[in-house]
Amino acid sequence: MSAPSTTPRPAASNSVWPRLEPLLPQVTKPIQYVGGELGAVVKDWDAAVVRWALMYPDAYEVGLPNQGVQILYEVLNELPDVLAERTYAVWPDLETLMRAHGVPQFTVDAHRSVRDFDVFGVSFSTELGYTNLLTAIDLAGIPMLAADRTDADPVIVAGGHAAFNPEPIADFVDAAVLGDGEEAVLEITAIVREWKAEGSPGGRDELLLRLARTESVYVPRFYDVDYLPDGRIQRVVPNRPDVPFRVHKRTTMDLDAWPYPKKPLVPLAETVHERYAVEIFRGCTRGCRFCQAGMITRPVRERSITTVGQMVKEGLEFSGFHEVGLLSLSSADHSEIGDMCSGLAEQYAGTNVSLSLPSTRVDAFNIDLAQELSRNGRRTGLTFAPEGGSERIRKVINKMVSKEDLIRTVVTAYTNGWRQVKLYFMCGLPTETDSDVLEIADMAHEVIRAGRAATGSKDIRCTVSIGGFVPKPHTPFQWASMATPEVIDNRLKLLKQAINSDRSLGRAIGFRYHDGEPSLIEGLLSRGDRRVGAVIRKVWENGGRFDGWSEHFSYQRWVEAANEVLPTFGVDLDWYTTREREELEVLPWDHLDSGLDKDWLWQDWQDSLSEYEQDDCRWTPCFDCGVCPSMDTEIQIGPTGRKLLPLTPVNGMKVPTGAQQ
Amino acid sequence: MGGPPDAASGWGDTQAAAPEELTIARKPQPEGGQAPVVQRVRIRYAKRGPLRFTSHRDFARAFERALRRAGVPIAFSQGFTPHPKISYASAAPTGVASEAEYLEIGLREEVDPGELRAALDAALSPGLDVLEAVVAAGGSLADRIEASRWRIELPEVDPKVLQGTVSAFLAATEVPVERMTKQGRRSFDARAAVMSIDVVSTAETPYGDAGVPCAILELVVRQVTPSVRPDDVLSGLRAVADLEPPVSPRVIRLAQGTLTAQGAIVDPLEADRDGASIGER
Repeated sequence: MSAPSTTPRPAASNSVWPRLEPLLPQVTKPIQYVGGELGAVVKDWDAAVVRWALMYPDAYEVGLPNQGVQILYEVLNELPDVLAERTYAVWPDLETLMRAHGVPQFTVDAHRSVRDFDVFGVSFSTELGYTNLLTAIDLAGIPMLAADRTDADPVIVAGGHAAFNPEPIADFVDAAVLGDGEEAVLEITAIVREWKAEGSPGGRDELLLRLARTESVYVPRFYDVDYLPDGRIQRVVPNRPDVPFRVHKRTTMDLDAWPYPKKPLVPLAETVHERYAVEIFRGCTRGCRFCQAGMITRPVRERSITTVGQMVKEGLEFSGFHEVGLLSLSSADHSEIGDMCSGLAEQYAGTNVSLSLPSTRVDAFNIDLAQELSRNGRRTGLTFAPEGGSERIRKVINKMVSKEDLIRTVVTAYTNGWRQVKLYFMCGLPTETDSDVLEIADMAHEVIRAGRAATGSKDIRCTVSIGGFVPKPHTPFQWASMATPEVIDNRLKLLKQAINSDRSLGRAIGFRYHDGEPSLIEGLLSRGDRRVGAVIRKVWENGGRFDGWSEHFSYQRWVEAANEVLPTFGVDLDWYTTREREELEVLPWDHLDSGLDKDWLWQDWQDSLSEYEQDDCRWTPCFDCGVCPSMDTEIQIGPTGRKLLPLTPVNGMKVPTGAQQ
Repeated sequence: MGGPPDAASGWGDTQAAAPEELTIARKPQPEGGQAPVVQRVRIRYAKRGPLRFTSHRDFARAFERALRRAGVPIAFSQGFTPHPKISYASAAPTGVASEAEYLEIGLREEVDPGELRAALDAALSPGLDVLEAVVAAGGSLADRIEASRWRIELPEVDPKVLQGTVSAFLAATEVPVERMTKQGRRSFDARAAVMSIDVVSTAETPYGDAGVPCAILELVVRQVTPSVRPDDVLSGLRAVADLEPPVSPRVIRLAQGTLTAQGAIVDPLEADRDGASIGER
């Protein structure tokens, strides 16, 4: 061990740490910029051939737990000649100091300047991170516009769900990848490696061309967008002979072959999730029409019960976490979820490990699973997500649950000892009227009334939580019009009054909601085209940062920027948000292939309007959404019939490995 | 709308119903009890380099995870949400490095303190280093913490200027300073608790660029209420002689312990150490 010193870890040769360190005592929560997490990797810069900087464009406390970034970080760093480091959005207090002292956007691992990397990968789970991307590019000293970049700049690649329509950020990113990242990053790495080994022939342009030729990396600069006189898109076509007309999403098929994260990052700073998270399956075919994640991640691919068991065991041993999250879009739908939950509960009985299972299902089975998982005494909350207040609107969105089912299920939860449940709904859905939303109050009242009758206790509560609906690309609602913030806010006001119209019942009901304004801006960004890029830039120039945070988001700033920029193109904010699209309109993302057949999506949209429900193809015949044949994929579900065996208790202390080299 | 955790990953996530993270304790109390404490071990640890920005709360979470990683047979408190038996002695402020932080843990099985030290050290991030583990011989660890020795590095400060400032500080009988606390802005004396304060001469500037001066202060400060921290002493130096370090000072706690009449600090584990394993120093 070294002699007393304040700097025992030698800074990497190209580290900005000596310049950053004196700034840290002046900012809030400096630990978030320090790195040194368990599971973090610092490699020799010169020994690496391909170097990735990975960003989650939000604050460290939100970005660090992100599964996507953790998986890619680990997959890339497992390659001997590849180095991957992480960077997150810096808070405005540090941004100001960095500008004053000329400190560039840095990675937290070895505090290297982001501009020094070959590839700068940014994972967007929400469009509200776009302004943070611009901050990072600017702080890094990289030219803001992709067109202005040189061979000295990294290739900026967008990924994540928002990358299924990267057009609003097409001016700022060099490329976008649709779909699962594990294999995509390896393919990109191989292309960069080969291009560098050849002496970087043709410079940046040639590299981007090679990426585009894979047909799974979208390079916006190789596509021209033509517009009709009325502002709609006429066509999007390649401007180079050898790039594909359409770019296809990536699908990682065998999740058992990709059991990541194996070495989860364990932060010193407090983050939004402190747990070992394991995806138990990817994809969802329930067909909720509002849910972009469910549409773009098809087909369903389960991770087997035994792989999940192994990952939980090793993940806990490595990390020292005492919470496990079994994640997916609808975890109760895993074909072996019952055995998985009882097996894990058995394995960790008598320990302080707690298990949680986010599920949106509204049925008693969900409660059985929650019972199983709470055997250790700690009991997670229960959330049920009917999503829509009325039977009619639930048919529109294809969330098949009846009011009777919901009340029966919640009452079962109360009689099993839960005293609080959360009910999740959306507001602003297509065809929605005030009365659809007001039925939420009836439902909540009945839940409390029935719960009191069944338990004989007044000590039961429910929380009604409302999210704003945002139509997303590659969903049946991609053509839908959005309700204005005024309509949304009025409906929420009426709902609140209705909930409190009965004082006794109202007291037992919590009410949480988001107001309509941020949803409208999210709607602009999610269905925007390249012209929206100028709005994003204007907002950023006017100080827009951290738009996912209510205390930083300014609706006014977005409206003003939209009003300034969009009329020059003959369109406006309403045109992007409250306007319903027609069947034949060319949508900005039509050249990006999620596997879903556009005709099927349109039919599903029509079915929605006629309140016709669509079954889940996991258990019913294929309904031809198009994904499996066009992507050459298939549904992969169990049961495997295997069980989780009891763990052999290990006594005595051990010297763990895996801390940073 | 709101900050974390609700707006954690932006509003976009709200469309796939947000998983509930609430943990609610069940009404019935747990049956049976936790295994009793059969051994208490006192530990000295360091916060070094970049990890000096670890707050005490951050360290406490990391330490609990390290106990699990290392398989330490820690004892738990009774009750429905049992807590591991860990007690901390005056933690250094966030941003201050330390070679002398102390804590005590209660164990449900006896362990070899040397093995415990090695296992815990490996389970923590480098920079959070477990230096020593000694079986407690009795008495209270907190009672043995009377004073700390600190070193403050002041890059770009001329040692001669600093010497003058220190003399002015020493000449004063009282140096009132202010600091924001959880209770709001408080005013207190930074002088009386300071037992000694010296400008240390070094042959070379240990940090920063060659040719840039770096003055170094060493001081011994008594544990008082409200506590007088190194930044309070720096505030005092500013108050008496307008010392304004151009660069953020770097502070390290070198020792904590009981104070002798001569002003020396005695290792608080000294009394426990009789024959017990002494870890790597």
